[in-house]
Amino acid sequence: MRTTTLKSVLPVLLPAKAKSGSLFSFRLKLWHGIILLCICLLTSTAGFAQSDPIKASVFEILLRWMPLLLTAFIFNIAISMLAMGIGTAAGTVLGLGQISPNAGLRKFCWFITQFFRNSPWLVLLFFAMFLLPFEFSIGGIDIPLPDWLKATIGLSLPVMANMSEIVRGAVNSLPSGQWEAAESLAYSRRQTLWLVILPQCVKRMLPPWMNLYSILTMATVLASVVGVSEVMTTTGRALASEGGRPDLLAPFYSFVLLIFFIYCYPIARWTVYLEKKFAVKG
Amino acid sequence: MTWTINEPMVSIRDVYKSFGAFEVLKGISLDVMKGEVICIIGPSGSGKSTLIRCINALNDIQKGSILVEGQEVNDPKLDKLELRKKVGMVFQQYNLFPHKTALQNIMMAPVRVLKQDKAEVEKIARELIRKVRLEGKEDAYPGELSGGQQQRVAIARSLAMNPDVILFDEVTAALDPETVGEVLQTIKLLAEEGMTCILVTHEMAFAREVADHIYFTDRGVIVEHGPPETFFSEAKDPRTKEFLSQIL
Ligand SMILES: Nc1ncnc2c1ncn2[C@@H]1O[C@H](COP(=O)(O)OP(=O)(O)O)[C@@H](O)[C@H]1O
Ligand SMILES: [Mg+2]
Repeated sequence: MRTTTLKSVLPVLLPAKAKSGSLFSFRLKLWHGIILLCICLLTSTAGFAQSDPIKASVFEILLRWMPLLLTAFIFNIAISMLAMGIGTAAGTVLGLGQISPNAGLRKFCWFITQFFRNSPWLVLLFFAMFLLPFEFSIGGIDIPLPDWLKATIGLSLPVMANMSEIVRGAVNSLPSGQWEAAESLAYSRRQTLWLVILPQCVKRMLPPWMNLYSILTMATVLASVVGVSEVMTTTGRALASEGGRPDLLAPFYSFVLLIFFIYCYPIARWTVYLEKKFAVKG
Repeated sequence: MTWTINEPMVSIRDVYKSFGAFEVLKGISLDVMKGEVICIIGPSGSGKSTLIRCINALNDIQKGSILVEGQEVNDPKLDKLELRKKVGMVFQQYNLFPHKTALQNIMMAPVRVLKQDKAEVEKIARELIRKVRLEGKEDAYPGELSGGQQQRVAIARSLAMNPDVILFDEVTAALDPETVGEVLQTIKLLAEEGMTCILVTHEMAFAREVADHIYFTDRGVIVEHGPPETFFSEAKDPRTKEFLSQIL
């Protein structure tokens, strides 16, 4: 658990040195993918020679389930995007609250941020699953809140808290001369923020924001624990309906890992590229 | 209270300023008439920046009075934005907005703050660019300009607000020696046009040439002051003498 505020700002301040053991330090490498591909191929084809000809080969079974697994994975992507959207919007508001001139609001937003940032994601997920109603009504109309939507909201909570820190860190990383120049040109605080400070922050926030998205995408499998039919749940069902054959476990799960890798690796590469680009230009 | 042109445009009376327990200004008084150029000199850390930042309310003061065109700055009900429309400021580190071009840097405040017509402002901004001799750099970003060029954009940006007085805080201190001259030239031009200027500077030759009055500060007090003709040749206080001997 990270409690020092200094550490929490570091990834934003020093994008290239984000190896401080924080949430942001994880970085996908190409060899992760190559190893996954090898495991998947080896374990799914190894059985070929000695396997019973009546029993379908592992590779064939995997191939048969692939469309379903991929569809379930798309569901993960959808959850990740929605949670990212909610978390980014709420986190931006919270982050701006953390730099508010109003001390009460600032402390409140700081507390909310720290609370959700330092809670395990799975706990927050359960929290959302059991505390949110299964439906709510606006103006007499009942709107159902399916499990997957509750899970999405649950996942957006830590995203919100991390986004809040990204915003706060980016704003604080700008030289104070920018504030002073704007103030001495008679900009109001709001104008300073929206015309001078935040436009410069977007660039600084992009790499840690994309990192956060990668982590969120991988965390969507947590939704399987609360019964949402995403890719892990679907994989489990597929294995069960194949009679729980132990030789299927490695190929199936390494396949799931592989599709996550294929989705997340380009994002990681792009993040590194942006970090390098912005580090040079400042 | 209405201010008349016979009264000081900026009148500083017995100003005290502390950061926490650390007292930086200990009873400063000085007057600046319209069209005057005054230079504040003194060793580093003597409170020069703090003093001029009090004039546009970037710093607040604990005691004393600062009148800008008759308006009291040391007043909790002060409309800071109105004050800052009258008082321009140029910084040592230029502080241009890096995400905007030179022209946009100049135009932004008149358009967004003063709500002036954009086409009108653009015309003025292009004239100002010409005035600070940066024709052709309208669309350059600050990062593509030299220090001296950035500082001249900063001066133009301040001028675009059409202020009555401009504060210059060691605006050549961060520059390469070869670009100092072009910035001083620009300030001299403003001074000749009658702009009221309050300058903190280490450029003694420049101060001697353009200043109407020179103030020497040390540890939060004005040690000695006078017109440049007498200030440099007839300094009496040992602290002034020592400072001048080091810098000249
Ligand atoms: N925001 C601040 N907080 C605390 N101390 C400050 C602050 N700004 C300036 N000081 C202190 O006030 C003194 C005068 O600073 P300054 O006005 O910048 O001097 P000068 O411009 O003459 O070099 C210095 O000792 C400096 O450390
Ligand atoms: Mg200074």
